[in-house]
Amino acid sequence: MNALLKHRLTWPVLALVLLLLLNQLFRSDFLSVRVQDGHLYGSLIDILRNGAPTILIALGMTLVIASRGIDLSVGAVAAIAGAVSCTYIYNSPDPSSLRTAAGGVAIAVVAGLVLGLWNGFLVSVIGIQPIIATLVLMTAGRGLAQLVTDGQIISVSNDSYQAIGAGFFLGLPISILIAAAAFGVAGLLTRRTALGTLIEAVGINPVASRLAGLSARSIIWTVYVFSGLCAAIAGLMISSNVTAADANNAGLYIEMDAILAVVIGGTSLAGGRYSLVGTLVGALIIQTLTTTVYTLGIPPEVTLVFKALVVIIVCLLQSSKARDLLRQRRRPVAKQSDVKVAV
Amino acid sequence: MNEIVPVVDMSGISIEFPGVKALDAVDLRLFQGEVHALMGENGAGKSTLIKALTGVYPIDSGTITVLGATHRFSSPAEAQAARISTVYQEVNLCPNLSVEENILLGREPRRRGGIHWKEVRRKAREVLDQLQLGHIDPGSVLSTHSIAIQQLIAIARSVQVDAKVLILDEPTSSLDADEVQQLFTVIRTLRDRGVAILFVSHFLEQVYEISDRMTVLRNGRLVGEYRTRELPRMGLISKMIGKEMDALAELERAESRRQPGRQDEAPVLQAQDLGRKGSVRDVTIALHAGEILGLAGLLGSGRTETARLLFGADRADQGHLSIDGTAQTFRSPRTAINRGIAFSSENRKEEGLIGDLSVRDNLVLAMQASKGWLRRVPRSTQDQLAEKFIRTLDIRPANKDALIRNLSGGNQQKVLLARWLITNPRLLILDEPTRGIDIGAKTQIQKLISSLAADGMSIIFISAELEEVLRLSDHIAILKDRQMVGHIPNDGVTMEDVMTIIAGTPA
Repeated sequence: MNALLKHRLTWPVLALVLLLLLNQLFRSDFLSVRVQDGHLYGSLIDILRNGAPTILIALGMTLVIASRGIDLSVGAVAAIAGAVSCTYIYNSPDPSSLRTAAGGVAIAVVAGLVLGLWNGFLVSVIGIQPIIATLVLMTAGRGLAQLVTDGQIISVSNDSYQAIGAGFFLGLPISILIAAAAFGVAGLLTRRTALGTLIEAVGINPVASRLAGLSARSIIWTVYVFSGLCAAIAGLMISSNVTAADANNAGLYIEMDAILAVVIGGTSLAGGRYSLVGTLVGALIIQTLTTTVYTLGIPPEVTLVFKALVVIIVCLLQSSKARDLLRQRRRPVAKQSDVKVAV
Repeated sequence: MNEIVPVVDMSGISIEFPGVKALDAVDLRLFQGEVHALMGENGAGKSTLIKALTGVYPIDSGTITVLGATHRFSSPAEAQAARISTVYQEVNLCPNLSVEENILLGREPRRRGGIHWKEVRRKAREVLDQLQLGHIDPGSVLSTHSIAIQQLIAIARSVQVDAKVLILDEPTSSLDADEVQQLFTVIRTLRDRGVAILFVSHFLEQVYEISDRMTVLRNGRLVGEYRTRELPRMGLISKMIGKEMDALAELERAESRRQPGRQDEAPVLQAQDLGRKGSVRDVTIALHAGEILGLAGLLGSGRTETARLLFGADRADQGHLSIDGTAQTFRSPRTAINRGIAFSSENRKEEGLIGDLSVRDNLVLAMQASKGWLRRVPRSTQDQLAEKFIRTLDIRPANKDALIRNLSGGNQQKVLLARWLITNPRLLILDEPTRGIDIGAKTQIQKLISSLAADGMSIIFISAELEEVLRLSDHIAILKDRQMVGHIPNDGVTMEDVMTIIAGTPA
């Protein structure tokens, strides 16, 4: 029991379950999933479907944060991805064919990779602090996306393209399947190879990692490229879902949701040990919150405050210090990291 | 001898961590105007006892009396309020602030809501003068000073709060002989002013030089309290390790001279006038398979800098380096590692350990790095290697999943050694591999170095302890003021000979 209480996923999972139960209290059919036309429907499915872009971006963000970095540009990258693919489809001679859709996707993915390379270059080669390096693209990226779309909202009508964000496969929304696949790939990529451990090593102690022969540069570069890729796919989902590219609003503030998801999932912003499962739970909590706001009928003007409250509660639950205070226990646990300066 | 009341009286102190009894009914008394040495091997409970006294760890049982009042510290701040100050081995100051800011941090004199900088300067100067450190400019940035000076400034900080008890945890481990004397002068000044000083060090000679009384711990228990002049060195060592001294002396002497290295073959490593601007110059070395080269010199003479050049951690901009007769330019440690060179840094915490990873992850790190991330070392191989080295190097606790930051210094050092041994290097550069670790582990590591060389590995061995260098090395390169000033074969060389070279050659 004690071990369970200490596990870093226990509190986030508990928070998620409580949130879901709260919704159930207000809407008795909340937890039910029904089949309609061979497709799964229900609030739970909606949460997964709408949360898919956040999950994707948070996955990339987890690895970046584990390497002691941060990627603020993901929202802008998502916007650029949507912009280039929609513009490509809009301008092509055959805007509704599968081939065109595939071309658009390919261009968006390449754009994401290139932008990830750019971020990685700034951080690992030039040595700019990650928050500044990615801030550059966060600001400039929206402008780039507007340039691509000529300041317009580009609407496309292509069934194959629309399937990415709104389609179904085997009864499940395709966006969920994509997010699940990305999650699986990220898990395999980092834990089946040594990438995960090496990212953690670089995040925990970059100097020692270099002296042990790690090529920190290529590892850091890899995580930013991966983050760019995830953001691009998320951007595709977002634009596909509304069949339009909105350079201004696509993926707006999604970097904040993603960072929050990572932190709620128990990965420290200081870098080092990370948990992809934790991030998944974190992203789901955030999406469930948004849904809860609608379920409870909370007025839109206090939505953000409500969200912030829940996030603070989850973070407090995770903090062992706060829990100790709650329990009024005088005896702090002796941990090396707690050792304070005493001169 | 009439007993006076001790300033600090800890009695029956017990502290238990999950699964471990770290301290078991330990007593410690500190008297006014005395230097008290706390002795014991790594893991004996010295650090835990200090942390109990400084409020870092709460005690499970026992009493702590300071200046007649019983305390139950639950935070370092409370201990400080009781006038107990601590200076740790790693200087815990702010390197980017000035000396005066560090001395008065958090206690700056105020005037009209702001800091009264003139008063800050005056107070800092006053305390530096008291400690005969008047030559230090209070306005200079802390990081521009050597570790030794930083340590003295940390002490100055505790003097400024008028501490009654000063705890010095391994203060001398990164100081050279002159700096140690400077530190001791300060310690004596404080002692004469009535401060009770608790001194923790692995250097026996220093303990005998400075301390008046000592408390010996072993495995979390109290062995006893002794007057320093009444306890001979051999007696102390056997109390610390709990073995008869003869066995240990035997071990030390067993370092019989090995076969000399294979001089007839081409040298594994050859450096000609290697150097780097602002770092070190004139490094000329020829090292054959199976040879041990000792780097001798005072602290700051360029020993570590030499190692970093040979390993590619810093890039050389002068001279030539060749491995097996082929010219090399190392751009990064990676290129050096690929040529079979390994380097274990003196700075375990900053440059060696990946603290939040397990012993196993740390062990295989260099091997994994050289294979690249795609080819993961299989878990079974990892386990095998970890188990093997935990066994052969006697790493404790023998748990490959333990986080490495929870191990003691000596055991961390062994893990780092193993990290490199796994890669099977041809040249192993060891910078202070025995620093800050206990006698038992030290002897184990020295023996290991000898046997590795006997198996044909070339080793460059750096140590501040000259005796250790003389005992192990086949030849000795001597550095002074960031320049190599001598290179002599070790046949009957004495400490005096090396000292003469260091003292005699003009830089």
